Amino acid sequence: MSRETDEFLIEKGLFLTAISSVIIIALIIVFIFWEGYPAILNVGFFNFIFGMDWSPSNGLYGVFPMIIGSLAITGLSLLMAVPLGVFCAIFMAEIAPGKMRKILRPTLQTLSGIPSVVYGFFGLIILVPFMRVQFGGTGFSMLTASIILTVMILPIIVSVSEDAIKSVPGEYKEASLALGATHWQTIKNVIFPAAIPGVITSIILGMGRAIGETLAIIMVAGNVVQIPTSILDPVRALTSNIAIEMGYATGTHYNALFATGIVLIFMILILLVIANYFHYKKKVTVGGGYL
Amino acid sequence: MDYRIEVEDLNVYFDELHILKDVSLKIRKNMVTALIGPSGCGKSTFIRTLNRMNDLIDTFKMDGTVLLDREDIYDPKVDVVELRKRVGMVFQKPNPFPKSVFDNVAYGLKVHGESDKDVLNEKVEESLKAAALWDEVKEKLDKSAMGLSGGQQQRLCIARTIAVEPEVILMDEPCSALDPISTTKIEDLIHRLKKDYTIIIVTHNMQQATRVSKHTAFFLHGEIIESGPTDKIFIEPCDKRTEDYITGRFG
Repeated sequence: MSRETDEFLIEKGLFLTAISSVIIIALIIVFIFWEGYPAILNVGFFNFIFGMDWSPSNGLYGVFPMIIGSLAITGLSLLMAVPLGVFCAIFMAEIAPGKMRKILRPTLQTLSGIPSVVYGFFGLIILVPFMRVQFGGTGFSMLTASIILTVMILPIIVSVSEDAIKSVPGEYKEASLALGATHWQTIKNVIFPAAIPGVITSIILGMGRAIGETLAIIMVAGNVVQIPTSILDPVRALTSNIAIEMGYATGTHYNALFATGIVLIFMILILLVIANYFHYKKKVTVGGGYL
Repeated sequence: MDYRIEVEDLNVYFDELHILKDVSLKIRKNMVTALIGPSGCGKSTFIRTLNRMNDLIDTFKMDGTVLLDREDIYDPKVDVVELRKRVGMVFQKPNPFPKSVFDNVAYGLKVHGESDKDVLNEKVEESLKAAALWDEVKEKLDKSAMGLSGGQQQRLCIARTIAVEPEVILMDEPCSALDPISTTKIEDLIHRLKKDYTIIIVTHNMQQATRVSKHTAFFLHGEIIESGPTDKIFIEPCDKRTEDYITGRFG
């Protein structure tokens, strides 16, 4: 075979593999919209998004409490995981001696490899009874779910942030120390600010994982469709809604679950756009457009 | 004679590697001393010993004495942070922080506790003027330092260093990444700074050593082969190896 046909075949082959993955995702999205659209049409857009009641047997399909549920669980877990993860990353990248780092890193990687059902099971057996004893109620709550999620997204935040901190050029650190700054002053004023775009990326990834998580949340969140008034109230996430009811749903109910998926897709899209905006803005202001 | 730095029988090791071997050198106050020698001969390691930057490397070991104003800087009682304030450093590659021009110069002052706006403004202007950069950047103090040219960045690094008013400035090949015009500017700057500061400059450029320094030390394989007045080293060196190096026969 000639060299030209070789090149031609390889290029086209690569193009084909690349385009096929895009097509598969596009088809899935088209399918979800196809199945979900009738429900939104039936119920009405505003009734669906802002409706307060989800009662398929009475023909009520309002997902608003679940939008709030998803956001609340995700927000609360980020509130716990971000400070914890970022400080852990700073510790691992800058302070931990080599030996300790060699133990910590694989430990965190193992943490990220544990399937979510195991986290959920742990939460159900250990955390839920603990919360019941400590705070009363059933123990199934937004807080319980957020704690489990925190543990699940911690490895992502730590490892991506750590990489970001480590990739800050050593010259900055040297320059700061040579001016007589202490190690902590150097971390706080030079290393961490330069790593912020990467830290934001880690938060975006953690958020994506948290909002999409289903099984572990179903097992500990209580799944009551309501707008929580306290962090100890049970809540239902959008993801849980689909997973819990898909086994028996028919007709409009079936379509409404796909519509829930559409809402989830848009919510993630909006959050990603917001997060990327901050990421971009930080990148520009930190590096003056040169970093 | 007034010496700022006195190094005696300094040995430096990284793991098993013996980098500096029985190095002794006295450095006079308010004078420029040039360190020359082929790559890997220990010049950079030597100056990084003077502000204890080598402490950052886990495998660093040393013996011998390094005196700054007659005090042993490796004494366990010495505050390294305080020492680095007195012994500033300019690096080979210009390395301004990814911050504004103003914040770069104010950084050293801020970490040492200066927060008065007026004092900061005054010191920043003073330092930038001393580094011959003020006229070029006075309109863009709040712009990122990363947008300056290489030569401007290096002068900014010098301004940043002199802002904390050190006694000694260590320069590790400060012009090796710069074009000839920027190099001339830095050399002019060194001439102006030497009356206030003790400057030690590592350079690969023989002409630069003769242009800027009063004293020169020639390093080879971790030892000082010869040191003395720059004129003497370059016109009638005592050692054959020095002569070979400065005439370009090796290195």
